[in-house]
Amino acid sequence: MTVTEASRESVAAVLEQDRVESHLNPPPSYDLTDHPVPTGREEVWRFTPIKRLRGILDGESSADALTWQTEVPEGITISTITAEEARDLGELPPNERPAALAVANAGGATLVDVPAEFASDEPLVLRLSGDSVDDLVWGHLVFRVGNHAEVTIVLVHTGSARYCTTTSYVVGDGAQVRILSLQDWEDDAVHLGRDSIRVGRDANVRHAAVTFGGDLVRMHTNVEYDGPGGEAELLGLYFADEGQHIEHRLFADHNAPKTKSNVVYKGALQGEGAHTVWIGNVLIRKVAEGIETYEENRNLVLTDGCQADSVPNLEIETGEIEGAGHASATARFDDEQLFYLRSRGVSEKEAQRLVVHGFFNDLIRKIDIPSVEEQLLATVEAELAKNVLKEI
Amino acid sequence: MSTLEIKDLQVSVTTDDGPKEILKGVTLTISSGETHAIMGPNGSGKSTLAYSIAGHPKYQITGGSVTLDGEDILEMSVDERARAGLFLAMQYPVEVPGVSVANFLRTAKTAIDGEAPKLRTWVKDVNGAMERMSLDASFSQRSVNEGFSGGEKKRHEIAQLDLLDPNVAILDETDSGLDIDALKVVSDGVNRFRERENKAVLLITHYTRILRYIQPDHVHVFVDGRVAESGGPALAEELEANGYEKYVLAPR
Repeated sequence: MTVTEASRESVAAVLEQDRVESHLNPPPSYDLTDHPVPTGREEVWRFTPIKRLRGILDGESSADALTWQTEVPEGITISTITAEEARDLGELPPNERPAALAVANAGGATLVDVPAEFASDEPLVLRLSGDSVDDLVWGHLVFRVGNHAEVTIVLVHTGSARYCTTTSYVVGDGAQVRILSLQDWEDDAVHLGRDSIRVGRDANVRHAAVTFGGDLVRMHTNVEYDGPGGEAELLGLYFADEGQHIEHRLFADHNAPKTKSNVVYKGALQGEGAHTVWIGNVLIRKVAEGIETYEENRNLVLTDGCQADSVPNLEIETGEIEGAGHASATARFDDEQLFYLRSRGVSEKEAQRLVVHGFFNDLIRKIDIPSVEEQLLATVEAELAKNVLKEI
Repeated sequence: MSTLEIKDLQVSVTTDDGPKEILKGVTLTISSGETHAIMGPNGSGKSTLAYSIAGHPKYQITGGSVTLDGEDILEMSVDERARAGLFLAMQYPVEVPGVSVANFLRTAKTAIDGEAPKLRTWVKDVNGAMERMSLDASFSQRSVNEGFSGGEKKRHEIAQLDLLDPNVAILDETDSGLDIDALKVVSDGVNRFRERENKAVLLITHYTRILRYIQPDHVHVFVDGRVAESGGPALAEELEANGYEKYVLAPR
């Protein structure tokens, strides 16, 4: 009996700690020695073809840069700050080597400042484009969104580069933030990105990661909360073609009570060697009573020769919650759906196109950024034209 | 004029224990202007007949023939059959998330006609079809069959019958799960279709209830994968009074 009680106490002691280690999310640190070069056998690296990172993890310094085109609504300012200043603004520290390298090598951060109570119908648009995969680009961005601000942020990545970046969104109390990160790279680009979001008290953040292009894209989206009442909706859409590796890793850290997270990622795969990875992880800390979380990943496999890895995780340290769940499904076309459509005269190819269109349409509507909705639908159609519709 | 001719149709499905024969030689001829009711107990193979004619991949045709105006439809793909003039109103219409009813109907109409419908008249036609089926105008914006009530699904099937205007309609248990008001709306829809020229209807049902609203010209009793008895409307009345016992309790 005594032994059991003693072990219970030690478990309780661990749970009371400020930081609980999540097995999928190494402890955050700016110190590169805390993030050794991975071998590929680590849990967090095992799905990633490390060779195709083209040496990014060696961490060479580089002065290469992406070309920026910006559309900045009045009131928002963009400036350059030091890495130390970025820390002081409350960014989420790196919890893996690429993000730590980005901070160490970027030589300062770009600060995008959205003042408190900002409101505009116009989105903030940053178009980042690279010239060549020979360029090694380190990126460090911080978006500071003031209390009660309402802002839409669109980041578009095109061209080619080896781009390794960390981006923090520090969101003030009661703010409403819509974020879209679109990865529409050329076929040879390599992109390692970490979007981390600190959700203010009663703030609402909708983040969407949309990945079509690149040879290898590995994106993290991490969320934690600055107080109760914060809500995060993490959406994702990806389309992997022949030979592409597209990896999305989600982490919602419920470190405050009465917070919400809702994760929906949908992907399609086509062509030999198309590989997608989706890792969802939710940590419900002991303090996080009354929270609600759901994570979902759906993959549609359009041809032979593809691989979709999908792993939802849930780490729970309190049962005093509203709800927690997850779902993952990877499937080919549903024969019954195709039969129904074809029984109305619609050809097989057209029926497939309708089903994929519908599969993504729901999600694109949820992203709810009208200025990019048409473009996203058009890109999905263009992707389909490569394979599903090519015989028409 | 259209004629759907089913001759000695034999159909199997694959089960864990190997192929299982469901239809054991069905012979039926349905011509324009006629409504045939197929009635039978659960598990007699009524739905298998409907889905086999429509071309569902689950069913293997092992013998017999089905022709539409002399053309072998068993050689056609599912969508070719629909374009040839066949329509199947399903018992369990399938959800297609993210595809709006409006998009679905326009795509189907375009496929059936071989050209896109004229925008102005089409919108009017769709709204009219919805209204006749007591479906709200906003219904067009919902995803196909997603979150529809049982009644909405069936009314949506009949709205498609109205708009796609096939020559031969097979209605598979369209009456099941409908309350009396919905049954009337659906029956009115089917009757309006029958009033058009040269339309043939094959109405598959377990119950006699719908036959009070849709009067068939011919009634067939379907038992154990074949037609056990055929007759006029009076046969339905007899079934209503006596049920299927006489057929299912017949000596083996």
